[in-house]
Amino acid sequence: MSSVPMEYYLILSAFMFIVGVTGVLIRRNAIVVFMCIELMLNSANLSLVTFSSYLGNPIGQIFVFFVMTVAAAEAAVGLAIIIAIFRNKLTVNIDEINIFKW
Amino acid sequence: MSILEIIVISLIKILLVVIVMLTTVAYLVYFERKISAWAQNRIGPNRVGFHGLLQPFADVFKLLLKEDIVPDAANRPLHTLAPFIALFVSFATYAVIPFGPSVNIFGYDIKLVVADVNIGILYVLALTSLGVYGITFAGWSSGSKYSLLGGVRSSAQMISYEVSMGFSIAGVLLLSESLRPIDIVNAQHGWMWNAIVQPIGFITFVVSAFAETNRLPFDLPEAEPELVGGYHTEYSSFKFAGFFLAEYANMIIASCLIVTLYLGGWQNPLVDISGLTGTVATLLYVASFLFKVAFMLFFFIWVRWSIPRFRYDQLMNLGWKVMFPLALVNIIWVAALIMIFNL
Amino acid sequence: MKIDLILFFLLAGIAVVTSILVITRRNAIISAVFLVLNFFALAGLYLLLNAQFISVVQIIVYAGAIMVLFLFVLMLLRTDNESPILSDKRPLKYFAILISVFVFVQIAYLLFAGKPSRNITPDEAASINSGTIQAIGKELYTNYIIPFEVAGFLLLAATIGALVLAKKKFE
Repeated sequence: MSSVPMEYYLILSAFMFIVGVTGVLIRRNAIVVFMCIELMLNSANLSLVTFSSYLGNPIGQIFVFFVMTVAAAEAAVGLAIIIAIFRNKLTVNIDEINIFKW
Repeated sequence: MSILEIIVISLIKILLVVIVMLTTVAYLVYFERKISAWAQNRIGPNRVGFHGLLQPFADVFKLLLKEDIVPDAANRPLHTLAPFIALFVSFATYAVIPFGPSVNIFGYDIKLVVADVNIGILYVLALTSLGVYGITFAGWSSGSKYSLLGGVRSSAQMISYEVSMGFSIAGVLLLSESLRPIDIVNAQHGWMWNAIVQPIGFITFVVSAFAETNRLPFDLPEAEPELVGGYHTEYSSFKFAGFFLAEYANMIIASCLIVTLYLGGWQNPLVDISGLTGTVATLLYVASFLFKVAFMLFFFIWVRWSIPRFRYDQLMNLGWKVMFPLALVNIIWVAALIMIFNL
Repeated sequence: MKIDLILFFLLAGIAVVTSILVITRRNAIISAVFLVLNFFALAGLYLLLNAQFISVVQIIVYAGAIMVLFLFVLMLLRTDNESPILSDKRPLKYFAILISVFVFVQIAYLLFAGKPSRNITPDEAASINSGTIQAIGKELYTNYIIPFEVAGFLLLAATIGALVLAKKKFE
């Protein structure tokens, strides 16, 4: 651990976050958009663990624990919503789910 | 010990475990056929070798000489990857199973476990949760409806039963106060076996283990009358052998886990009171571990040939409405024991 | 080079490549497979950071539960492949990618110029100690007991919510 500078981890985390944002912006499949959000949550986790480890303080890792709880809850509810939408519209393409625009 | 010595000792241990594993899997198939024959009043394989003892090798050759078929609709990379995931997951779990106390050979103090990890039980849980992937990928990538249904069924089944499995293990952890498998075995000294202290947890764990290994009465993912072969319908030759091997390896792993967590691991109270020490005692301890595992394997096969298959909704009801609450009751029971007796 | 630097670059390389593949594959299931690989690389990085408990939980929760749920839904819905990502030639997408790259360059520049590690002296022993299950458990069940209970309640609410939403008929 000590021979890897902390910046490397933070830049990797930033990169993954940006890839996640780009994915949300350019993909049209609602489930893939969801996966990109998971990617962003994970990149945030990486920064938290990095700081926790370099500062020698477990609190950052406890935050990661809570983030995982929220991610699990979000995945369950989000996928249930997507299934409900699929039942009505037979698609998960977010360009075609535009009923609120009218 | 120097780094080199540690590496050499670990390699010897890994080699030993893998060889024992592969032979056990081969002969487990043979014994499955023999025991099923005994259960149905038949003779079973008896042509190849003395009493059919060379039958496993004949089976392996037959499988490997078959043509390897990949369906047109299949997703080739995943179709190839799936059996390897299944195999890897089942073999990697052996790393943390302790099969004996420390021994002293040529002046080295050697623990009879491949890797003594302090989060060993979490490692086992992580790997069992990955076991789903092999079957799910196999089901989806084959491009066949039977495979897909088998894969979907199995992922739902394994996720459901992982919950009650995890909660049963929580009861064990309450007593051992450690996630290290060696500590868990040591905490069951004498007759303090977890199967005796917490019988409810033992039952829920064994039932969940049956469901996790996709064995009858819970072999819904490959139910022949409705799904042909389930997730491995489209597999043949070497890849099919991979799934076959993984299924039996999972059975052995489940037996090892049941023995380690609930039946006292390598401990044997009879050896303790006999006053034997040194190499003889160690050998007896290892022998009692192997005997317990062999008994659990016999139990697995025995159940398979005695009980009919569940229906899918019955399986889910059993998992969520019976096993899960029972596992919770078990945790309260163990907590109460700790409160009352200061264990 | 030190062994942990080599391991870092290996795992970081896997994480970078798989994260890009997640957003560029047309088939959603293949995307999910690469996301699982990405989570594995992250679990490896957590081990490098001495966070052993979080590393195993990452595999159990993300790879073992959340991604299986995703795959399950993907297989049930059987969605079609998307058209190649940039084939519809919408200027908005190019603009989105441009902005992403711009923001990343900004963050990277800030990190290298700001050097946050200047003020931190890593302490290997404290780091190893903070990643153990004992340290996390002690902190979680004493100082963070109320957030812990709230998280449990959140999971209960999510379970009920998912059941209600995914049910066929509302009655």
